Amino acid sequence: MAQMAPAGTKWWSGGKSPFNVEYGKLMMWYFLMSDAFTFGAFLISYGSIRFATNGWPDPNEVFRAFPLLEGMNLPLVFVSLMTFILIASSVTMVLAVAAGHNNDQKSVTKYMILTIIGGLMFLGCQAWEWTHLHGEHAWWGRNPFPNADGSVATTNFTNFFFTITGFHGFHVFSGVIINIIMLIKNLRGDFAKRGHYLMIEKAGLYWHFVDLVWVFVFTCFYLL
Amino acid sequence: MEHTKTIDTGHSEPHFDTKPIWRTFWILLGITLFELLLATIHIKTDGRFPPKLALNGMYLILTCAKAFYIIAEFMHLRHEIKNLIMTVAIPATLFIWFIISFLWDGGSYRDLRNRYDRHHFEQQQVKAPPAEGGEGHEPAAKKPGTPE
Repeated sequence: MAQMAPAGTKWWSGGKSPFNVEYGKLMMWYFLMSDAFTFGAFLISYGSIRFATNGWPDPNEVFRAFPLLEGMNLPLVFVSLMTFILIASSVTMVLAVAAGHNNDQKSVTKYMILTIIGGLMFLGCQAWEWTHLHGEHAWWGRNPFPNADGSVATTNFTNFFFTITGFHGFHVFSGVIINIIMLIKNLRGDFAKRGHYLMIEKAGLYWHFVDLVWVFVFTCFYLL
Repeated sequence: MEHTKTIDTGHSEPHFDTKPIWRTFWILLGITLFELLLATIHIKTDGRFPPKLALNGMYLILTCAKAFYIIAEFMHLRHEIKNLIMTVAIPATLFIWFIISFLWDGGSYRDLRNRYDRHHFEQQQVKAPPAEGGEGHEPAAKKPGTPE
């Protein structure tokens, strides 16, 4: 294949990575590819079932609560806040990666702490939302919400909602754990000793992927 | 990308300044707020504008735009060499087949079932009993035949 790379660089002639990235980072990309197909399979099976069903609940009727503002009709507001939190924590994560490029250990610490706080806030929001929906008798196998046309809905709506947001929430949780480990390693000076912060980049890739999946979960469950 | 060494530790890459990061943040935030605005207009006009199908199309386009910015800028894929971009992008095109065929299959199953299993179809028309608790403050009963 003709290459776009600088003139004369023979990427495939051996002796160097043809992808110009470190092995671990490349493998993180491939892991994320496989994870993307896992989430894709979940979301597409949801879409397939939804296309195969005559009616479906209106998300604006289901997701319209906000903490401490009980009884108010606020469709999409809370989930938009969750989206904002996750995007903001993605930004602090890139800033941590950028600080790592500059070998700025202090800034890496600062931005990793902010990213972890963002992740925990997101998990808190999700915990509140699940608790709220459970309080409305929604759970796996139980769906109190009627279809948009008023007919009786199947439990597929809640089954898919809790399975997919739960799977995503588990990814956020493991991302927070990974970020905490990276923060500890950074505080111990492991990366400074090593001379590079590639581990922060790999954790960052995972964290952005979690944000990426949320973009699709947000669209599929709350908007469409 | 003038390096020739195997491991790119990135010390000499000046492209990691923070300006594009913040620009991407504002783009993502703007798109999300725009989606929220569309949804609000749709609710306020009782689903007349924009029509549901057009609205969903816009949501999907905006979602793909957000995904592009996250992958390209936050995950930095746009700044990698073409080999790496292609090794990620080409397998991802499987999603095109994946989405079209499975959604088509679901829709076809619904149509066939409605046609040949009248009992199922009639069961689906039964209205749900009025919900208990906080659901009772609806301004008006939903019109039957409201688009899903």
